[in-house]
Amino acid sequence: MSLVDIQDVRKSFGPLEVLKGVSIEIGRGDVAAIIGRSGSGKSTLLRCINGLEEFQSGAISVDGMMVGKTDLRTLRRHVGMVFQQFNLFPHLTAGENVMLAPTVVAKLQKGEARDRAAALLEKVGLAGKFDAYPSQLSGGQQQRVAIARALAMEPTVLLCDEITSALDPELVNEVLRVVEQLASEGMTLILVTHEMRFARDVGTKLIFMHQGRVHEEGAPKTLFAHPQTPELAQFVTGAH
Amino acid sequence: MTYQMSFGDLLPYWDVLARGLLYTIILTVVSTVTGLAVGTAGAWARSFGPKWAGYAVGAYVELIRNTPFIVQLFFVFFGLPAIGVKMTESEAAFLAMVINLGAYSTEIIRAGIQAVPKGHLEAAASLAMSRLETFRYVVLKQAFMKVYPALSSQIVIVMLGSAVVSQISAEDLTYAANFVQSRNFRAFEVYLVAALLYLLLAIAMRALLRGIGRALFPKA
Ligand SMILES: Nc1ncnc2c1ncn2[C@@H]1O[C@H](COP(=O)(O)OP(=O)(O)OP(=O)(O)O)[C@@H](O)[C@H]1O
Ligand SMILES: [Mg+2]
Repeated sequence: MSLVDIQDVRKSFGPLEVLKGVSIEIGRGDVAAIIGRSGSGKSTLLRCINGLEEFQSGAISVDGMMVGKTDLRTLRRHVGMVFQQFNLFPHLTAGENVMLAPTVVAKLQKGEARDRAAALLEKVGLAGKFDAYPSQLSGGQQQRVAIARALAMEPTVLLCDEITSALDPELVNEVLRVVEQLASEGMTLILVTHEMRFARDVGTKLIFMHQGRVHEEGAPKTLFAHPQTPELAQFVTGAH
Repeated sequence: MTYQMSFGDLLPYWDVLARGLLYTIILTVVSTVTGLAVGTAGAWARSFGPKWAGYAVGAYVELIRNTPFIVQLFFVFFGLPAIGVKMTESEAAFLAMVINLGAYSTEIIRAGIQAVPKGHLEAAASLAMSRLETFRYVVLKQAFMKVYPALSSQIVIVMLGSAVVSQISAEDLTYAANFVQSRNFRAFEVYLVAALLYLLLAIAMRALLRGIGRALFPKA
């Protein structure tokens, strides 16, 4: 059975239908790259998976938990999320950002949470930055802290919404390398991205959203080489 | 006619003034701490609480911000006994000041809460934090950080405004000055000294608040 199972999800904001019956299955260890034009519903779909948005019909399950029926906090302990704007807590150091949820939510001992945070910061290449405040870090470093923070809750699946889009070009790679490492360790990832090369090289599954629907999906290399629809063909050429 | 100044006539009463000053300091500190707690709760109710609580707090804030402090004080001290709520001058002074600062700081802290980016709330929610945990660990300190200068000013205003409690015979610095003046008839000297003491107190408070701010928010 797939780890994340999205069945015929529909979602409207008032009169505007943004998701018009989306079905996607994502297996354990998959790296699903979601691409598509601005406004095609990529973020909304991602936000439905961890309950940041409610949807009107259809069903989403994550590791057997039905979104909407399962208690939100239980669901979110298994679903991590990283945002375009990092959203680090500015009054806490990098280490404290990573430690917060493990201590407050998972009730880990301070020392244990500290060890875990230190290990995760090291993993994302920020071993020396435990005591730095977000304002003292570059965008790429902040985003890596945000990844470490999400990983600290040991999620089953990690959602990433355009996590390199707010970065200066020269900082994009340091973040992508971290994501690639997670992928190689078998982490299940769902990424909304504009990094086509990354989607092709690291993704195990490509999902092209268009006007609130999954317009095309399949193996990234195949899809990029042979888009079946004019919309994807145009999107792929336009993106370069 | 020339007026012969004589600050020496104040000397026999220095302890009265000192006690008044101490009273003002204690009243200010105690009602500031309590008032900020009320303001925090009020700001929470207006931002995250149930609708009815938000409206109730909104009414309280508007009522207090649009009426004179002295009337609030008189209502507490002279009005409430009519419905059986009796208290000492000090208790009434404390309560009126808490009610007053509570309302103003509700608005100030609420502004700070609104300035916290929505993305931070979503990040906290995505980390499975509850609304209350989010408020306590993510929102509150950021909010205080953002409005700390405004809060500091309000606290000094409250300290200066506390002079009004002398009107119900709470024995603060102004009450002490009135008392001394009624004994030695040295109004010019007494009120000049009282004014200087308030000035020094205000300057000291601002310095103290700045220090507290630096300690609380190291990398603001
Ligand atoms: N909270 C909201 N209220 C109303 N409309 C919204 C809301 N959020 C998104 N929308 C609308 O839903 C549509 C899809 O938005 P969404 O953010 O999911 O697109 P996207 O594919 O992520 O686009 P982008 O590449 O620009 O991030 C857009 O038309 C957007 O204006
Ligand atoms: Mg988006």
